[in-house]
Amino acid sequence: MAKIEELLNGDIITAKIPEGPLAEKWTNYKAHQKLVNPANKRRLDVIVVGTGLAGASAAASLGEMGFNVLNFCIQDSPRRAHSIAAQGGVNAAKNYQNDGDSVYRLFYDTIKGGDYRAREANVYRLAEVSNAIIDQCVAQGVPFAREYGGLLDNRSFGGAQVSRTFYAKGQTGQQLLLGAYSALSRQVQKGSVKLYTRYEMLDVVIIDGRARGIIARNLVTGAVERFAAHAVVIGTGGYGNAFFLSTNAMASNGSAALQCYKKGAWFANPCFAQIHPTCIPVHGTFQSKLTLMSESLRNDGRIWVPKKKEDAEAIRAGKKKPTEIPDEDRDFYLERRYPAFGNLVPRDVASRAAKERCDAGFGVNPTGLAVYLDFKYAIERLGRDAVEARYGNLFQMYEKIVDDNPYETPMMIFPAIHYTMGGIWVDYELQTSIPGLFAIGEANFSDHGANRLGASALMQGLADGYFVLPYTIQNYLSDQIQVPRFSTDAPEFVAAEKEINDKIDRLMKIQGKRSVDSIHRELGLVMWDFVGMGRTAEGLKTGLARIQEIRKVFWSDVFIPGNKNDFNVELEKALRLADFIEIGELMARDALNREESCGGHFREEFQTPEGEALRQDDKFSYVSCWEFQGEGKEPKMYKEPLDYEFVVRQTRNYKA
Amino acid sequence: MEKTINIKVKVWRQAGPKAKGAFVTYDLKNISTDSSFLEMLDVLNEQLVANRQEPIAFDHDCREGICGMCSLYINGHPHGPDSAVTTCQLHMRKFKDGETITVEPWRSHAFPVIKDLVVDRRAYDKIMQAGGYVSVNTGGVPDANAIPISKVAADEAMDAASCIGCGACAAACKNGSAMLFVAAKVSQLALLPQGKVEAARRAKAMLGKMDELGFGNCTNTGACAAECPKSVSLAHIARLNREFICAKLGD
Repeated sequence: MAKIEELLNGDIITAKIPEGPLAEKWTNYKAHQKLVNPANKRRLDVIVVGTGLAGASAAASLGEMGFNVLNFCIQDSPRRAHSIAAQGGVNAAKNYQNDGDSVYRLFYDTIKGGDYRAREANVYRLAEVSNAIIDQCVAQGVPFAREYGGLLDNRSFGGAQVSRTFYAKGQTGQQLLLGAYSALSRQVQKGSVKLYTRYEMLDVVIIDGRARGIIARNLVTGAVERFAAHAVVIGTGGYGNAFFLSTNAMASNGSAALQCYKKGAWFANPCFAQIHPTCIPVHGTFQSKLTLMSESLRNDGRIWVPKKKEDAEAIRAGKKKPTEIPDEDRDFYLERRYPAFGNLVPRDVASRAAKERCDAGFGVNPTGLAVYLDFKYAIERLGRDAVEARYGNLFQMYEKIVDDNPYETPMMIFPAIHYTMGGIWVDYELQTSIPGLFAIGEANFSDHGANRLGASALMQGLADGYFVLPYTIQNYLSDQIQVPRFSTDAPEFVAAEKEINDKIDRLMKIQGKRSVDSIHRELGLVMWDFVGMGRTAEGLKTGLARIQEIRKVFWSDVFIPGNKNDFNVELEKALRLADFIEIGELMARDALNREESCGGHFREEFQTPEGEALRQDDKFSYVSCWEFQGEGKEPKMYKEPLDYEFVVRQTRNYKA
Repeated sequence: MEKTINIKVKVWRQAGPKAKGAFVTYDLKNISTDSSFLEMLDVLNEQLVANRQEPIAFDHDCREGICGMCSLYINGHPHGPDSAVTTCQLHMRKFKDGETITVEPWRSHAFPVIKDLVVDRRAYDKIMQAGGYVSVNTGGVPDANAIPISKVAADEAMDAASCIGCGACAAACKNGSAMLFVAAKVSQLALLPQGKVEAARRAKAMLGKMDELGFGNCTNTGACAAECPKSVSLAHIARLNREFICAKLGD
């Protein structure tokens, strides 16, 4: 069993991996975990923060079981959580296509795709419960795509050689979230879940070492309020918006995770962020976000740049069109470099290959930061109608944004920050290093290692929410049945609320000259340039210094108009940016520590002669767990060793 | 290559739910026609903040047309003049140089204004809570392929399920009816065997809640489907009516 290398105040915190063979661990766990009897369940309160796939499915399932759930949501409705934007699909090991898939193969692909930086037992459990997710969603009325015979259809996705991805047009995330939202709505009606919309969690309250509640701000009235519970579950997603421009929604933020960190929860592998290869390229300084084009497009689209530099230059200058470049002058660089997987290599590999071509001067839009994704060949092979049936809504979206017709000219794409594999450290039970505090979905670090495969985020969010947390949280709650409900008048609540109010007052009083967005944009550029796709020790040190400067500017020159006791969007953004600055620093620090290349983390000093990532298994086969030591102090790092008992670690090879 | 336009934006400003609102007109110069409507508002807000004024509050989140958060009435149309897009996917190339663009919050009695262009749409959540689900608990369900469903039914259910709950239908309707929203969910679930079991109860419960919350009734004017950013079809209202009548006859 993996033990954290260093000890914390004499307590040994372990990942609590159950004993036994890989395939029996979860079954064994469930057979021996403690349960809470129905009469006691209704005496126990659970706060779930977030209503995305993980949060909504957890809140609904806990409500169904009889717990008393308080569910918080930053938007005006749970249905708006950013899980809704996932396009491509959800993986499961059903093997409906009879192409050799199995729980083990899904586990193996995920572990390998994560570049051997995830826990074997967690990932195996994920693959194991994947099939139940599909069953559950179909029972809820999720309209997955079907074949003419009436059975479910599948598609293939990056990083896999089988077709195991279930989908609902290009709107799979939407349909799965609406399924979870429906289940949640049913519990709200029953009274087992109380919903708090337009609330943002600003702190977690710890009493006697255990999480006992949260402080949240009512975004409509500006009131800072206290909420108590026996356990707190964080399902607030990732922190990709530290980069300002990302595929995340505008309100997606890392604040809940960072507040947990500041209260003692470890932040694990913060530097593991996924850069998605198929986003619409940056086109102007006014831009507020980057739009993802589903990875499923890589099933039929071929990625290329011109072979000749003069062609690339002519295209950039607007003197040549891509359709004028003959096939023999096109460099299908993924097919060239990775013959076995071609355009379907995992995201990190595809993103780096695009960067390599653009850095070498072959980029194709005016900024030189774009490559082509071409459907000419698919249209020749399948016909325009078939392509439209598969990708029509994505093509329409592209055309609305870019004003260019992808049926006729190739799409232009470029990598963008999309997902964060790092997050709050959790053990096998999804419990953080603070007892009673749990983290699920993208907010935790647990299953994707250093790189996440396509269609696995939806799988993990729903696995955590429907099938893992509702079991494991009972193991914690079973000894809480004697604990009476907490009063929010407890001194810990009073102190936490005062701390938040002081922070808000401090921000409101600065009255400087800079808008929140202007500072956030600056942070984003530093993150992209120094903590982005290609990292170096020197660059990261520069990045760290620049982040310090941005922090000073923020805390001395930000301007927030309006009143704190009001609907105040600038104040909301400022509170989030204060935390993004801390997260950015933590990401850079972690990236500097990790002297190897693995998955989405590419240190330019560590690469093979062919430019592939070079892991250092002897030195860095661990989860870095960062512990907050106080404002202005360097955080401390613990190492959770990753012992591979069942899989032999190999160099990822998508060539043959 | 980049084209820019100069525009005037006439925006509804209202400090709070009970405050008196008014239109305020702002001048904006050099707006890129490649920017989205919301990015144009971002530029305007940066300008307001630079002048030490409060920015315009408006709802938005995913900015890729799927979350349903953005909700602006632009030049008299929910989500503006372009068809089949949300406000966030509307681009400034749809507007002319020198144009005055009028921006209002959703017009609906059931969606009261919170501030400026932000409205309270919890009424839609309440309609969903009344019956917009299949009553299954987590676990203990049959294999996903146990019940074959015809591709035609599954595809039609998917079309209905593409509703994003933005509220444009009720905001567009002269009766302030939420029928298209209710129909999308009732129709989706009635088309699938999993939802069929509770179809009658669902239709009655969701329509009952819709009436109770102060939404108007449907007179088949079709404004909702014409303005729906996801092109949810009026045919779903027909199916809802059929479900409702069957349910009532069964009583």
